[in-house]
Amino acid sequence: MSAEGAKAWASATLAERGRWLPWALVALALSYPFWFDIPPISYVSLDVLGLKQDVIISIGVYVMLALGLNIVVGFAGLLDLGYVAFFALGAYTVGWFASDKFSGTSFHLASNASEGAAGIHLNFWLVILIAGVIAAIAGVIIGWPTLRLRGDYLAIVTLGFGEIIPDVFRNADKLPFPGGFQATPPFIDFTNVNLTNGVRGVRQLDRPGFGEHLDTWTGGFLPDRFNPTHLEPWYFTVVAMVGVTIFVILRLERSKMGRAWVAVREDEVAASAMGVPLMRTKLWAYGIGAVFGGLVGAYWGGFIGSVFPTSFFFNISIIVLCMVIVGGMGNVYGVILGAIVLQYLNVAGLDKIGRGFHEVLGTDETVFAKYKFLIFGLLLVIMMLMRPEGIIPHARRKAELHEAEEEGGQEPAYGDLYEARERA
Amino acid sequence: MTDIPAPAPPLLARRRPPTSDLLRWIFGALLLLGLAYWLVGEAIADPARFAQVSVIGFSNGMIYALVALGYTLVYGIIELINFAHGDNFMLGSFQAQSLIVDGSFQLPLLFYTVAIPLGAAAAVTDSWWQKGYTIGLAVVLAMAFCMTINVTIERIGYKPLRASPRLAALITAIGFSFILQGIGLSWKSASRIPVPEIVPATPLVEVDGVVYYDVRDLMVLLITIPVLLALTWLVRSTKQGKAMRATAQDRDASAMMGIDVDRTISFTFALGGALAGAGGVIYALYIGTTYFQLGFRLGLIAFTSAVLGGIGNLTGAVLGGILIGLVSAYNDGFGDARWTYSVIFTILILILVFRPSGLLGERVPEGQ
Repeated sequence: MSAEGAKAWASATLAERGRWLPWALVALALSYPFWFDIPPISYVSLDVLGLKQDVIISIGVYVMLALGLNIVVGFAGLLDLGYVAFFALGAYTVGWFASDKFSGTSFHLASNASEGAAGIHLNFWLVILIAGVIAAIAGVIIGWPTLRLRGDYLAIVTLGFGEIIPDVFRNADKLPFPGGFQATPPFIDFTNVNLTNGVRGVRQLDRPGFGEHLDTWTGGFLPDRFNPTHLEPWYFTVVAMVGVTIFVILRLERSKMGRAWVAVREDEVAASAMGVPLMRTKLWAYGIGAVFGGLVGAYWGGFIGSVFPTSFFFNISIIVLCMVIVGGMGNVYGVILGAIVLQYLNVAGLDKIGRGFHEVLGTDETVFAKYKFLIFGLLLVIMMLMRPEGIIPHARRKAELHEAEEEGGQEPAYGDLYEARERA
Repeated sequence: MTDIPAPAPPLLARRRPPTSDLLRWIFGALLLLGLAYWLVGEAIADPARFAQVSVIGFSNGMIYALVALGYTLVYGIIELINFAHGDNFMLGSFQAQSLIVDGSFQLPLLFYTVAIPLGAAAAVTDSWWQKGYTIGLAVVLAMAFCMTINVTIERIGYKPLRASPRLAALITAIGFSFILQGIGLSWKSASRIPVPEIVPATPLVEVDGVVYYDVRDLMVLLITIPVLLALTWLVRSTKQGKAMRATAQDRDASAMMGIDVDRTISFTFALGGALAGAGGVIYALYIGTTYFQLGFRLGLIAFTSAVLGGIGNLTGAVLGGILIGLVSAYNDGFGDARWTYSVIFTILILILVFRPSGLLGERVPEGQ
């Protein structure tokens, strides 16, 4: 590169410099299944990195989760510690509308389940949309009373919901449901309703598919029923979902709503004075964030094939939060990078590193996988102390986080200290 | 907080409480009436069992109160929810367990534990002197241990972030919570850790073969009350306590009056840690089992207690702890134990939404 070119490169804004970047990433993502089998590459990706296809798919799922949470945390500045609730809700939606859970009835709608099978079987793509809608409704119901709280109180309340919802799924095999009236107190006659099968979970969920016609027409490229051993259709589905998510989020960020979110994040009082309706803006952020959680939850339910209440712990909320923070709050590319790195470490990387250390040093090979939460905790602390804006910072977010230093020099005066705290 | 006084309402404006306030009151009153109806019904149906359940709830509530005080002290002074506090409490209970089983004070360095033998093992002895020595040592050492951890976390993690947005400190606190859990995991193991029963449940008050009060319940009081008295004395009557109250009220003004704000904040963290340590010892002795993820859930319950009592209010934290202890015991005893955790969280959410200042609260969360 010539000196001129280097200069232009350095002075170009990120947007100009990165114009080719999205397309390169799309090409990389779409072509991946075709070249990952080629021997020298598969040695690196499979044997060294352990990037099996299901690992890649789970990375895709977490990228989408992180992007959804990024709307709430990164754009609107609302710390949500209960994001896993929407993920769980999405997965259970598949359990309700695409399995033999309600075996008392038999209702089919454009489903690829075997003819006449018991239970409600809707078309899987429809179920994914329903999951998004249910998650949005849940988001609004949860957000309505709580979003008037600010900062850490909101964090605790969302954490409370995030803890209650798995509990409800666990206990909802005998959910007391008012079934009628009675003469003696407590006047309402409760019947037990089984909504979730409790700890046994809902098994044998339907798998997505495109129906027989498309299957034969495309020669199996759009299969009738996705297969748990043939993962390429799953992979392309999650790539498509992530692609749509990125597109929607990039458009949202530049929309009126997106600018309102940033305004609310930076200064609620000023935003309100400028005519931004606080509650409505926050509810939109919360609801839209929830939609992506629900959508990807439904996909994940279909991919795993069963849902259990134990798979939706607080830890998932924290991992996703880590992805958003480590990558760079508010910056879509940063969040994607954070999700890819952390989810890779979570599913395969720490295990591989542990084995590598075992071979060289003879340490316990599970040590990294066992202490992954310690590692994530350290990451959170180090990021917050060293580089709170994340790996790929969002320009505006970075300016906010470093405001105190620029204004007050090394040691902020006490007046600044309060201002900085209030701005948060 | 720099509070901007609200503009005075115009003199002629009609002052009518908004409808939402009225609905809120009706909803709250109905909820409380329903609760009272249910409890009175249970009390009439089986008074003996009701009394028993109440005692269990009270003793559990004391543990929650000790942990809740740590949350409330820290929140009162720097308005940070110290997420790592519950895990600190867990480490305190681990320390008590080591003293009872091995008779040694243990220093958990990651993946390696240094044991300092103190001849305290009470699991193998019948001598009350030995047991008393162990319990006393456990209380003192666990308090010192948790105090050190809390102050260290504050110095490393929270102090540099005091000028940053509040969420930064909160996220750091979550990070420390996971780090402490990791330390707990490497110190003991991932399974539930039994604590030998060194204080037997010998009945003290017994009517018609129904035990109402036993030695263990007494032990909870014998440890909690001196600790609470010492705390009250520290906060109310010492110079350091005065500095704490001043800093909580207005940090700017305190700094101008010559109060060493940094030292005062560290002192507050030390107090909170000590209370968590005492709570951990009581938990180990009273419940008889501990777990490396104990701190997360119990910490949240304790935080709920602090919010229920009014965060920032010391009496409120104790009251809230006891109330939450009672509610969870009643739900375990008369309701469905599977829902207890959800009930506690529902209380938290209802309070934050309907009465964010808590029962005795002084400090209203921002934005209300």
